[in-house]
Amino acid sequence: MTTFTAVENISRRNVLKLFGAAGGGLALGATGLAWSPMALAQDKQAMMNLFIAIGEDNKVYLTCHRSEMGQGIRTGISQVLADELEADWDNVVVIQGLADKRYGSQNTDGSRSIRKHYTRMRQMGALARTMLEQTAAAKWQVPVSEVYAKSSKVFHKGSNKSLTFGELAIDAGKQTVPAIESLSLKSDNDFTHIGQSKTIVDMQDMLNGKAIYGFDIKLDGMVYASISRPPVLGSDVASLDDSEARKVVGVIDVIQLPVPKGAPVFQALGGVAVIATNTWSAMQGRKALKVSWTASVNDRHDTDKYMAELVDKVKQPGKVMRQLGDSVKNWPKQSTVNAVYTVPYLTHAMMEPPVATANVTAQGCELWSSTQTPQSTQQTVAALLGLKEDNVKVNVTLLGGGFGRKSKPDYSVEAAMLSQRLNLPVKVSWTREDEIQHGYYHAISSQFYQAKFDDNNKVDALLARTGFPSISSTFAEGVDMPSAGELDLGFTDVPLALPQIRLEAVKAVARTRIGWMRSVCNIQHAFGIGSFVDELAVKANKPCIQMWREMLGADRKETFADQGFSYGNYGEELADHPVDVARYHHLLDIMEATLAKQPKVTKNQGWGFAIHRSFVSYVAVATLVEVVDNQLQVLKSIAAIDAGLVVNPDRVKSQTEGAIIFGLSLAMMGEISFKNGKVTQSNFHDYPLLRLPQCPDIEVILVESNAKPAGVGEPGVPPVAPSLTNAIFAATGTRYRDLPLNKVLSV
Amino acid sequence: MTIPTQTLLVNGKNFTINADPNMPVLWVLRDIIGLSGTKFGCGSGLCGACTIHVDGAPMRGCLTSLKHVVGKQVTTIEGVEAERLKEKWAEHNVPQCGYCQAGQIMSAAALLAKTPQPTDGQIDEAMSGNICRCGTYPRIKAAIKAAVTENAEA
Repeated sequence: MTTFTAVENISRRNVLKLFGAAGGGLALGATGLAWSPMALAQDKQAMMNLFIAIGEDNKVYLTCHRSEMGQGIRTGISQVLADELEADWDNVVVIQGLADKRYGSQNTDGSRSIRKHYTRMRQMGALARTMLEQTAAAKWQVPVSEVYAKSSKVFHKGSNKSLTFGELAIDAGKQTVPAIESLSLKSDNDFTHIGQSKTIVDMQDMLNGKAIYGFDIKLDGMVYASISRPPVLGSDVASLDDSEARKVVGVIDVIQLPVPKGAPVFQALGGVAVIATNTWSAMQGRKALKVSWTASVNDRHDTDKYMAELVDKVKQPGKVMRQLGDSVKNWPKQSTVNAVYTVPYLTHAMMEPPVATANVTAQGCELWSSTQTPQSTQQTVAALLGLKEDNVKVNVTLLGGGFGRKSKPDYSVEAAMLSQRLNLPVKVSWTREDEIQHGYYHAISSQFYQAKFDDNNKVDALLARTGFPSISSTFAEGVDMPSAGELDLGFTDVPLALPQIRLEAVKAVARTRIGWMRSVCNIQHAFGIGSFVDELAVKANKPCIQMWREMLGADRKETFADQGFSYGNYGEELADHPVDVARYHHLLDIMEATLAKQPKVTKNQGWGFAIHRSFVSYVAVATLVEVVDNQLQVLKSIAAIDAGLVVNPDRVKSQTEGAIIFGLSLAMMGEISFKNGKVTQSNFHDYPLLRLPQCPDIEVILVESNAKPAGVGEPGVPPVAPSLTNAIFAATGTRYRDLPLNKVLSV
Repeated sequence: MTIPTQTLLVNGKNFTINADPNMPVLWVLRDIIGLSGTKFGCGSGLCGACTIHVDGAPMRGCLTSLKHVVGKQVTTIEGVEAERLKEKWAEHNVPQCGYCQAGQIMSAAALLAKTPQPTDGQIDEAMSGNICRCGTYPRIKAAIKAAVTENAEA
């Protein structure tokens, strides 16, 4: 755990470093980085702590140390800071933090920004507010207990005296920082910004084309690179003829990059970079390259064959990961239902492909990256260039989507390598084809489920097996089993209350880079259990919601004791974020009542349902479809989400809407396949995403909760696919167990 | 090859451009003129992130060569007159990451300029070429419909 030093007063030199005060002789493009880290170390501002500075002009500068990729975190983190600070929202300016360990983790994934930083951000706000109050009390020579802050002013209770934050800032910045333990935080009833649906702080820039993403960085003297990477993981350049490429107008140079060694980790993939005076010339030059590639151990990777093997493996005994009851001895005698589910490789396909700009000079390296992970970008680039981490400065731009892809800094590494070679600022822009063919893929997977009923038509035993190449294989050679952490994502942690449960994992060797994508293994696991519970419900002639009620059992906080299973719980203590079966039941009740009010379905229509806990939030989704002449139309999606206390209700709703659409895209049309080790797909024509006319009406029910803040960005995704295939079964009587659906239905 | 000097009219201003006449206007705007509001998404006319107006009609900047827009009026997100649409976009809190939104607004503005009272089907059709991976479609549709309602009342 990183030690936070946020409560120290910060010297001017450190402030300069922190906010990346202009230096390095680089001029930014015409529009400038209006939102970017800026020099606050002027006499007219005071740093109160790492996250908060206040200007004499009464402006409140709040640092967001997490990456903005559409989840609204620049707004959310600022709301939390501003609340305890008692800042007037209209005076708030949001600053994007550089990579800096003092912030703690900046890795913006795992739906962690609010759940992991909520309390600390409140403390930072309270610290700064206390310093302002102490300063005002000292000026008025009254006890601190007689003053209070509100709306960027400090007031004296006994008189009509008041001072603005701006008037107090410079003196307050010199105050001794109070101990965190001495602070008292507000009660939830007194929140002024938390719980409000604030408009996102970047709205106007986004509407006017002024928001700056990674692709929009333009430095003086910068050159542009487009890279032809090895089409099969592990292959290298065998021969290169760049004569035609060098003739392309605007092309400056052609540079061969080293092929990575060992596990992929975040290494650049190697290949051949074409350097030009503009992006298009670099892309044109690249098309003119004649490259042949060496053989690779992955040349025979073929997804049809790989999936067939995976399906075979999950039908054989695997490694037991969780077990309850005497199931080894008694299982399976009279299994009544079994099923195999498959999900293909998937890729992130965020609208902005990976992109980074680097400037390596004798002083070090400065990067501008569309990254979810500023610190591992800093560490990886420093290690590669042989620099101290402090000499690698990482500016974080807005991200045109991330979904997990941009928490792998391989593209920033490419930019740094090329800038070092060329001694020039270099922007590396990935094309869409690059993004689709050189991803860190969501793993291909297969699952086997088997259950039996007792004499009372109740499920009394469940066996499940899952198989997929592990993310760990990206970080260490020779890994051929899913990790416990991956199985925790919706497989081992479903709190079913059955007399006998046995959950197993099987081996799978990775043949490409496996990575995490929005909701990670919850995608396949929620599809498996969400489909299977519906199959059991059909078999038992019960509504799906009722089957979930029975299988989840009584309200309790499940600890999985004595089941040979130690639950990671997304890095949270079970005391803070229990596996609370009552919260499942609450969602089941809400959805049952909501569905009861829906109009009766007509011929060829049907509702499907699924529920899933992930990232310590609970989400239930119901989907209405119509299937006519093999044409699927999704008519309506209703999601109920219990994410504990929420900071910005509108952003929770928008994330859930987006999660439904993300889930529909993957279920209806998402597939990456490999032939001879190469990705078959290349752009949106063969890796399609849901488009507006395919989008259903969406209703999001935000469940009021006073539980601790939980994850929001990802938990909406997992229940979507099973609720959709369950709906199709309800409408047609046909059960689809293999995604995507566009292989069998028109979508 | 010799690179001709061409004059390009963007958002009412003339720019003198020294570039390959085959360069897509997307890259002329972004890398040469320095207007970065028009986005790269696919390079193949499949996603709509680069939507601009050429003489008022929506075009994909990634597929439209410089030589085809010389002598015509090019409008980008930085210059488009779409205040009411942008207002509705803000009221409905449409953007998530925001990257595709310039293209979405340009497509919607072109639709409303030509068809001030579009049906749901016409909205679907006009917006079908613009992908939003974040999934802001329901709000895009709601914002367009709100702008249409105001058109009707105006």
